[in-house]
Amino acid sequence: MTLSSLLRITPRLAPNAARRTSRAVSSTTNTSNTTKPLDSILIANRGEIALRVGRTAAERGIRVTTLYTDPDSRAQHALSSPFAFNLGSVSAYLDGDRIIEIAKKEGCQAIHPGYGFLSENSAFAQKCTEAGLVFIGPPYKAIEDMGDKSRSKEIMTAAGVPCVPGYHGKNQDPTFLEEQADRITYPVLIKAVKGGGGKGMRIASSKAVFQAQLESAKSEAMSSFGDDNVLVEKYITTPRHIEVQVFADKHGNSVALGERDCSIQRRHQKVLEESPAPHLPDATRKDLWAKARAAAEAVGYEGAGTVEFIFDNDSGDFYFMEMNTRLQVEHPVTEMVTGQDLVHWQILVAEGAKLPLTQEEVEERIARSGHGIEARIYAENPEQGFIPDSGRLLHVRTPATSDDIRIDAGFVQGDDVSAHYDPMIAKLIVRGADREEALRKLAAALEEYEVAGPVTNIEFLKTICKSPDFIAGEVETGYIEKHREELFPPKIIEEEVLAQVALACLHRDAVSGARSSAGVAGSTVGFTPSYQERQLSFTEVTVPGSSDGTTFNVRVQQTGDYTFNVEVGGRIFEQVVSRMDQASHIVTSFFAHTRLDTTVIRDEDTLIAFQRGTQYRLTVPRAKWMEKALGLKDVTNSVLAPMPCKVLRVEVQAGDVVEKDQPLVVIESMKMETVIRSPQRGTIARVVHKKGDQCKSGTPLVEFAESE
Amino acid sequence: MRAPSPLVLRSWGSRLGPRKCLNSFRQPTNITRPTYRTVASYTHPHHASALSVLPTAVDTSSQEYRENSEQMQELLDRMNGLHTKIARGGNDKAREKHIARGKMLPRDRISALVDPGTSFLELSALAGHGVYEGEDVPAGGIITGIGMVEGVNCMIVANDSTVKGGTYYPITVKKHLRAQAIAQENRLPCIYLVDSGGANLPHQADVFPDRDHFGRIFFNQARMSSLGIPQLSVVMGPCTAGGAYVPAMSDETIIVENQGTIFLAGPPLVKAATGEEVSAEDLGGGQLHSSISGVTDYLAVDDAHAIVLARRSVANLNYPTTTTPLQLENGNGDSLVVKEPLYDPNELNGIVGTNLRRQIPVHEVIARIVDGSEFAEFKRDYGSTLVTGFARIHGHRVGIVANNGILFSESSLKGAHFIELCAQRRIPLVFLQNISGFMVGADAEKGGIAKNGAKLVTAVACADVPKFTVVFGSSAGAGNYGMCGRAYSPRLLFMWPNAKIGVMGSEQLSAVMEAVGRSADPALKDRIDRESEATFSSARLWDDGIIPPSQTRKMLGLGLAAALSGKAEPDVQTRFGVFRM
Repeated sequence: MTLSSLLRITPRLAPNAARRTSRAVSSTTNTSNTTKPLDSILIANRGEIALRVGRTAAERGIRVTTLYTDPDSRAQHALSSPFAFNLGSVSAYLDGDRIIEIAKKEGCQAIHPGYGFLSENSAFAQKCTEAGLVFIGPPYKAIEDMGDKSRSKEIMTAAGVPCVPGYHGKNQDPTFLEEQADRITYPVLIKAVKGGGGKGMRIASSKAVFQAQLESAKSEAMSSFGDDNVLVEKYITTPRHIEVQVFADKHGNSVALGERDCSIQRRHQKVLEESPAPHLPDATRKDLWAKARAAAEAVGYEGAGTVEFIFDNDSGDFYFMEMNTRLQVEHPVTEMVTGQDLVHWQILVAEGAKLPLTQEEVEERIARSGHGIEARIYAENPEQGFIPDSGRLLHVRTPATSDDIRIDAGFVQGDDVSAHYDPMIAKLIVRGADREEALRKLAAALEEYEVAGPVTNIEFLKTICKSPDFIAGEVETGYIEKHREELFPPKIIEEEVLAQVALACLHRDAVSGARSSAGVAGSTVGFTPSYQERQLSFTEVTVPGSSDGTTFNVRVQQTGDYTFNVEVGGRIFEQVVSRMDQASHIVTSFFAHTRLDTTVIRDEDTLIAFQRGTQYRLTVPRAKWMEKALGLKDVTNSVLAPMPCKVLRVEVQAGDVVEKDQPLVVIESMKMETVIRSPQRGTIARVVHKKGDQCKSGTPLVEFAESE
Repeated sequence: MRAPSPLVLRSWGSRLGPRKCLNSFRQPTNITRPTYRTVASYTHPHHASALSVLPTAVDTSSQEYRENSEQMQELLDRMNGLHTKIARGGNDKAREKHIARGKMLPRDRISALVDPGTSFLELSALAGHGVYEGEDVPAGGIITGIGMVEGVNCMIVANDSTVKGGTYYPITVKKHLRAQAIAQENRLPCIYLVDSGGANLPHQADVFPDRDHFGRIFFNQARMSSLGIPQLSVVMGPCTAGGAYVPAMSDETIIVENQGTIFLAGPPLVKAATGEEVSAEDLGGGQLHSSISGVTDYLAVDDAHAIVLARRSVANLNYPTTTTPLQLENGNGDSLVVKEPLYDPNELNGIVGTNLRRQIPVHEVIARIVDGSEFAEFKRDYGSTLVTGFARIHGHRVGIVANNGILFSESSLKGAHFIELCAQRRIPLVFLQNISGFMVGADAEKGGIAKNGAKLVTAVACADVPKFTVVFGSSAGAGNYGMCGRAYSPRLLFMWPNAKIGVMGSEQLSAVMEAVGRSADPALKDRIDRESEATFSSARLWDDGIIPPSQTRKMLGLGLAAALSGKAEPDVQTRFGVFRM
């Protein structure tokens, strides 16, 4: 994938947006003299969103200045503009003062904050304004109002936007709390104010159990956080996350650009987002849009914003959760179903222009645009609780983009997915005439999406696309948890895959030899049976660093030029004619029964194969002699880092006797803390890494003494 | 390119100038072609090469072809069976014991050693077959052959300890020495996978004392090392007494711990001699030799590890890696495609059959061996019982000398002439041998067949270019000499399964015996028949192996690659002996 393909705008958007823009701009320049066209902006962000913003800016002839940090110096967004400035340390994307200084120095008129980092930092927005720079986003006051949870709820309640009923006050009298619960109606959620991670959290399904659950929550809160204050809220059994994209200009206009259902989540983060939301009655939909606009208007909003609602699938009620005062990751879904370029809208609003479309015009476009869906492609391991992964993208092949298939990526093949930042590799957005078609297209595009290097969630996304309840539109935020068994089926590796992987290994080694022996490469000579019979072993990947997966043995015998007999799992494939294109890593083999084109990538001991739309990961077991010859340590007595991480704390020291599940080390990866617990009872022989050390996935953290 | 060159135009001008200059000013654009000059017609390259393409007259549906084919197939099936049995090595018990010790079987060791996607050219697989009464010595207890390791063609010599403990029978010694001779002639690095109990003591008289016996192995190692031909040993089993010198005389040596041992006398002998009690490992194991004595250079954990180390050593030889023939590379370094023969090499079975009384049309054989079936025949119509000409095999240019009948004076002279050409031009020679002898009789003797035959023999003996011989029919009498038999040191000599070798056929031999007044022993004919078989020859290493006719091209291709790929030979120019005129 080239940089230009990353930057290519979906052709679907371009002409429409361009036409409308010219009209909108001319009308604003005629009617208003407050419009101040921008011709140079600074993008205070990284990755795909920086490229996404840069793309629209470039199309409008606006000069783009980008920023990068030391680990990002070769990142695509840093390379995308000749005006790229180094901020230095890893966390410097948050250095607002420095960014404003660069913007001033470079003569930028505006700053686009993207999402994350400084995008919802009201102080930064204020500083920009004070420095005479346009902050492409809402007024800082609106950010401030919406950033404060209780303040935002007050404003919303006042504006007639429903909020989750609950009691968040100081009164902790059990009887009073029960009264509140009665008012809210059951089931209710009792949650420790200081709580987190499910601790100090109880559900009271009826009045009868309220007091017992309250007491239990309070005592757990006390022991976990030293504070037993709780809040009581309406508990929604099958919640859905539905949000509305809103836009407002400086002239008091606002529009809702449809809703997005983002219920498919893991670790409270979205994986799949779609628009329109499935099975949503039209009246509810219109009501949501109206409430979202009301919410925006209530805070004097300007620019792009998203009003998030929690939707009760049982009752059909919805409640305001929060408003995100920025452009969101999933904005392309809305672009797909409205045919608009939202970044351009942001720029127009920032310039002081009027919104390009009225609510009626937006709705008319939504009505004929079908269904949009976005899948986020992450470097993460779904099988291990979606822990993030990082590393070099050894191979990237993407589906062909078209009007209906769009890829917003921040990386190309050869780039490193850094452990310092968000592990999202790309977003794949498709559009179909209806939801079924969109899902089919998504599934097909995912099958063509090949990423080798870090573990990705692409296989998991394919599984969701085929999950019957999801296809039926039965979405809810607990979907992944509830369908766990179905979504993590045991993997089956066909014999043909193993045969192809084995052939790929041999092909790669045979490159030098084959050319030189001119025509007799590997074939049997004389009467003596071939000397080219080899066995290759592969192990199924389970947990990085461990090797307890099934081991498969493949026997390959070369019988002639490019001709092999392959024996695997009791099956024998005879006279397989196989060749490998070294540049594309594709092994093409003609078996007696079929032809297979398999991409096989080798990364040290890991083999990644893509065959017929499925990815397979295998490891090469080390030869018996390696352990002794290389002095490799037996790792069974060690606790290994499950992912690339930084050691935050070490809870034990050498000589300690630990119980099973006792915390050993606390690591941090992708801003997420993970406690590494002891897998067994035993004595610690050595703590390998100390606080602050960076560790690769699979490196030992703690070694146990040999058990007596 | 065929347009008239400026030079030609100018010469026209000067010639035509004086006469035509007056009016030529008015018509300067039209250069009229003088009628007395013609122009060379352009010949397309594929038309030029069509000249060399051999036609075929084989009728694959004929009765004779089918019979021949069936008979040959029967013979091939027998050969396949025999080779498959031999390739198993020793008996099941010995093999199981070997594997139980964590050792790889010798053929698996070779597979692991050679580069994937390359062919191993095994030599003399039938060595020792039926040689020792009541004793089965598959492959002579040693596997030898040319294999590519890290892109370098190497001679690999591997003891098979599942066969009589890997001990050296006389045939084992002969095969080992033959492998070394091939390595030396072709300048191939030698890799010895040592796993042997040393000399086979009951046969010591035929193993130890003579010039070409056990000691010659180490003599060869020393001489080859001195010539810059690398010697590598991988000790994967015992190397006792004389055997200890194989690793000790090598340039680099790898040993497998707790498996390989090197000592001049084993523990029992030590105890008998000095009373000292010591374990084999302490006396000459890998640890000892790698860390204390320094006899070995690398210590391996197991066979697989040792082979990885051996491959690494080869990679560090800084030896030329094999490449396609230079002529086949175009200016961009891309290799051009080697043309396969136009006719199916499997048809050779039906062309030759097994009956040697029938004349085998040698052009049909050549057409199924050489690239594109293209053969630039030299002196086609003179002395036509010997066919000579130039061709390519797997891209290597060769001179072919092939029998198409009995050798007469003319054919001998033609052969000598052609060999001189090849020697002069440094083109390797391929002899396709099917000869019952030189012509006899008064006319022949009057014509000086003896001196003319001698010219051919002199030329063959002295030509200092790589020579290869394939016996595709009979190899009898002085014809064997003129056609580069074993005594004339071809780099490799292969026999087809139907081939026979001997002074003369059994019938003629019996007839001669009767003529000189001795009644032939009835068993004699049978014995002579048996002793003329290709298997009998191959078992005694009179050749380097029996090959399927259809693979002749491959075998020669590999042989040529081995001969031409190694370290460049010193520039030897052939000096012929006196040709008696």
